[in-house]
Amino acid sequence: MTLTITRSGRRPAHSAPSARWRSRKVQGWLYAAPTAVIVGVLFIAPLVLVVWMSLNRWPLLGQATFNAPTNYVKIADNPLFVDAVLFTLKYTAITTVLLSAVALGLALLVQDRKPGIGFFRTAFFLPGAVGFAAAGLLFYGMLNNDFGPIDPMLQSLGITDEPVKWIGTPNMALFSTITLVIWRFAGFNMLILLTGLQAIPTEVYEAARSDGANRWQVFTKITLPLLRPTLALMLILSITGSLLAFDQFFVFTNGGPDNSTVSMVMVVYRDAFFRFDLGGAAALSVVLLVALVGLNTVMMRRLR
Amino acid sequence: MSRYLTLSALAVLFLFPLVWSGYASLEEPANYLEMAQFGEGVGTYATNSLLVSVMTVAGTLIVSALGGYGFARFDFPGKNLLFLATLAILMVPYATILIPLYVLLGYIGLQNSLVGLSLVFVMFQLPFALFMMRNAFEALPRELEEAALVDGCGTFRAFTRILLQAVRPALITVGLFAFLASWNDFFAPLILLNDGASFTLPVAVVSMTQQTFGAIDYGMLQAGVMVMAFPCLILFIVLQRHYVRGFMSGALRG
Repeated sequence: MTLTITRSGRRPAHSAPSARWRSRKVQGWLYAAPTAVIVGVLFIAPLVLVVWMSLNRWPLLGQATFNAPTNYVKIADNPLFVDAVLFTLKYTAITTVLLSAVALGLALLVQDRKPGIGFFRTAFFLPGAVGFAAAGLLFYGMLNNDFGPIDPMLQSLGITDEPVKWIGTPNMALFSTITLVIWRFAGFNMLILLTGLQAIPTEVYEAARSDGANRWQVFTKITLPLLRPTLALMLILSITGSLLAFDQFFVFTNGGPDNSTVSMVMVVYRDAFFRFDLGGAAALSVVLLVALVGLNTVMMRRLR
Repeated sequence: MSRYLTLSALAVLFLFPLVWSGYASLEEPANYLEMAQFGEGVGTYATNSLLVSVMTVAGTLIVSALGGYGFARFDFPGKNLLFLATLAILMVPYATILIPLYVLLGYIGLQNSLVGLSLVFVMFQLPFALFMMRNAFEALPRELEEAALVDGCGTFRAFTRILLQAVRPALITVGLFAFLASWNDFFAPLILLNDGASFTLPVAVVSMTQQTFGAIDYGMLQAGVMVMAFPCLILFIVLQRHYVRGFMSGALRG
């Protein structure tokens, strides 16, 4: 995106003996060698392997046999996956809109360095330091009808009469999961937006105010346009993260009720480790990978 | 003033779940004792988590500090290609390469191994870490290095004696991100570890909700949540400044 590769090992045009430069080349390679090994063995090799696996009948245990394109053809017959695609898209759309709105609101509230603001920034971010699995289990207990504090509180305030089925119906399970995700990630996105807000020079605001712009005009005409690259970054991270949702559904709703909250990555996991079909899981992975890399590329072009 | 009222109400909403979880786990101190005996014992899982985190942090720091120095100060064939390949890790959804990684680690004898899991975490941390470290080394004045070289140090001695000291803040940021990611991650250990004795905390504690026969012990569950969350909360509060620098560095933009 905004990355540029800078050539920093400047080569003086004169006087450097070529042997010395050759030795610097070798040294450079030696320093970069661990990176090359990690990237080669643990990134490039699995990328190649996942494609090869997707072309084979590849049981969890036992011999692999070439069967292309069976694994791809049967994706269309996998009703769980088709439903999961629709569900994941719906989840992604709602989460991205709500999460961005909350994060933007928080960022605007804490953007000025006023006394005590540091405390609030920390408070909003703190859930982000907690692991997603731990956060899911926390909500699992907090929203439990017998153990959790939320139902008694709502009832004593007269908001509800009886325990709420927080993860008992498809819509409520989605709603509760999105609440969990906003709680866990709003601070993270707020921090991203703060980096963008703080890059806007104060003179721009002062100039607008002295021209008689009101707060709303300043927000829509100055803040939002200048924040666009940062907003784009946040949207891309949120969309990609939501499309790959797994932890929240595995830990918190366990795909239920009635498989209504099964995400795409959950289907990959089930194919691999419950149906012992690594070839099928690899084919799904390849489809997801191509779709997401494509989507990321388009979003980076469009949103920037 | 109304801004502070809004902020306070929001802070209560954001902090309430954490406070409640701590309270619910401590209400019955027996929760922690029960958890200590759950499965292989919480000590085993915490040790596994700690080992993985320490190996991930150490591995990430070593690989990215060496690589960052190499990328910042040397020219070599394939340099740009390797840098782009490393950044490409960010483009590829993490969940989609864990299945082949599971198979691949089997080929090299690292399936169901904490070392294998740590290496996978190092790989996932590498784009951010390498970018941070390269920028940190680039920002150092060349005179620093040249003075050491004139004193007769080789580049490696200059690197270990002087330059590493100078990029310490970046090392802390990279280490903190690596710790939080490896300590908290659930999906990679779920796939790459398959024997209860090698589980890390997140996998073990989640299994409390899925394996217990009869009723789930919610108090014990919140004790598990606290054991996982507490180190991260403390580390974050203490090292906040370094965490925020990770955001400011632009490394997330890769």
